[in-house]
Amino acid sequence: MVKIAVLVKQVPDTNSKIQISNDRVDLSSVKMVMSPYDEFAVENALLHREAVGGTVTAITVGGNSADKVLKDAKAIGVDEIVRLDCTEYMDSNAFQTVISGVISQDGYEVVYCGKSSADTGSGSTGPGVAEKLGWASVSNVTDIQFTDGMTVTVPTEGGNAIINVSAPLVVSCDKGSIKVRKPNVKGIMMAKRAQVDVKSLNPNPSNVTVVSQTMPAEKPAGKKFEGGQSAETVVQLLREEANII
Amino acid sequence: MTDTVVIAEISKGKVSPTTNELISAANILGTDCTLVIPCTDSSLADQASNISGVAKIIAAKSSVFTNYDASGWAQALDSVAPQGIIVTAASAQSKDLAARIAARRNVSVVQDVISIDGTTLSTPIYSGKAIENVAINGNVVVSIRPNVFPGVSNDGSCDIQVIDASGDLSTAVKELVERASTRLDVSEANIIISGGRGMGSPDNFSHLEEIADTLGAAVGASRAAVDTWDDIPHSMQVGQTGKTVNPNLYIAVGISGAIQHLAGMRSSKYIVAINKDADAPIFQYADYGIVSTWEEALPVLSSALSNMLS
Repeated sequence: MVKIAVLVKQVPDTNSKIQISNDRVDLSSVKMVMSPYDEFAVENALLHREAVGGTVTAITVGGNSADKVLKDAKAIGVDEIVRLDCTEYMDSNAFQTVISGVISQDGYEVVYCGKSSADTGSGSTGPGVAEKLGWASVSNVTDIQFTDGMTVTVPTEGGNAIINVSAPLVVSCDKGSIKVRKPNVKGIMMAKRAQVDVKSLNPNPSNVTVVSQTMPAEKPAGKKFEGGQSAETVVQLLREEANII
Repeated sequence: MTDTVVIAEISKGKVSPTTNELISAANILGTDCTLVIPCTDSSLADQASNISGVAKIIAAKSSVFTNYDASGWAQALDSVAPQGIIVTAASAQSKDLAARIAARRNVSVVQDVISIDGTTLSTPIYSGKAIENVAINGNVVVSIRPNVFPGVSNDGSCDIQVIDASGDLSTAVKELVERASTRLDVSEANIIISGGRGMGSPDNFSHLEEIADTLGAAVGASRAAVDTWDDIPHSMQVGQTGKTVNPNLYIAVGISGAIQHLAGMRSSKYIVAINKDADAPIFQYADYGIVSTWEEALPVLSSALSNMLS
């Protein structure tokens, strides 16, 4: 029996357009979904439970609106759902301190998360939380086998490393070859009724603060040519104008 | 100003030229840069002895550096690195390491930095659809996106101090499997040629591979291509749910330019787009656009490149 936590985060759908107002990203009209790599984290956590027995708890940080991402996880089969109630900005150190505190206090043995979230893309949470707990971590994991202990596949320069790991452990998941299960009607009904365990937080002050969020600089218009023969011109330009080949 | 520490980026058993870029960035963030080179044999550090912009070079020697182990590497590097702002590369492995070292030192990490202005750092968010500017206060760990900062030159001279570093492995590599193909991965390449669903079938990616071989490039794909064809693996996917890349040259073939894809490649230095639809969004980001079917354009591109590079 293993006690598993999976960290999930609500982010804008990756097909959505990001807009800025008053120096901040404006998410008011954007569809929010579970961060894509977190879907693989949930799936791997469920496969782990199915292989060895145990429980899976999905944990997120946010306000009321973040309950949706927990219900989505519940609908596909996690046992418990926990929201750490906080809407203020935390830098990575404050954030990981909060998460590792809950993991340690509630006695989880294995933590799954996505390799990075689709909003910040930083990928710091998995390894950072592991370090704060004094645990091992493996990141960008594309495959997990649960026969003969636990073995993960991690891409390396030039190939893959097959690595033996054991709990306590944090696993940051990449897409890999597993298919993410979809919720069925029964799951969705259960998720609707499920209670979110809301925990209040008192995070440490942040030493990194957000000054502004802005749009990236626009690129000047390029040159456009008609017809396949112009590929020859483009090759010339890549050498003479761009100097890159 | 605060002291800085650069963790050398190691690639193919050598100190990667990305390290020179990290030193440039470190010298904007602070002074007295110490370069720490993780190695199993200190001779690896010798090639860095003429790197400029550093006050000190430490070869951190340990058997823990044989294979990547996040916990062991963070422990060993923390034991030899002086206090200060720590700078790493924003490669997948080094971002992971940066996060562990930051947590170990009880400071924050700012990942994938693309510009530095005093104590304000800029990083792409939403895979580059927007930029976040953050202020740092005190020591932090910073990972720097490769291919953005100019590198320092190799005309310095600095003694190398070898220090035995120790770290405990927390994972055990059972097996290293080499990639079947000798072609580069998109995350490692300076030039990428990517195909989208406009390629019509996965078999047609052979035309992209031929050009990739001429250029020493990697072959990438859009999400549409990866989702449509099982023969195109996710490891080739460039975009917000694939790999974010910024090579010197990105050639997009039969890719319309979904917002998802643009997010993963728009920061490439030069972008060439080949698409039969003159209104495809990819052309707004292309330095050189070719309105044509790939069937017409690729043979011309291929022979022009072969003639130039042979």
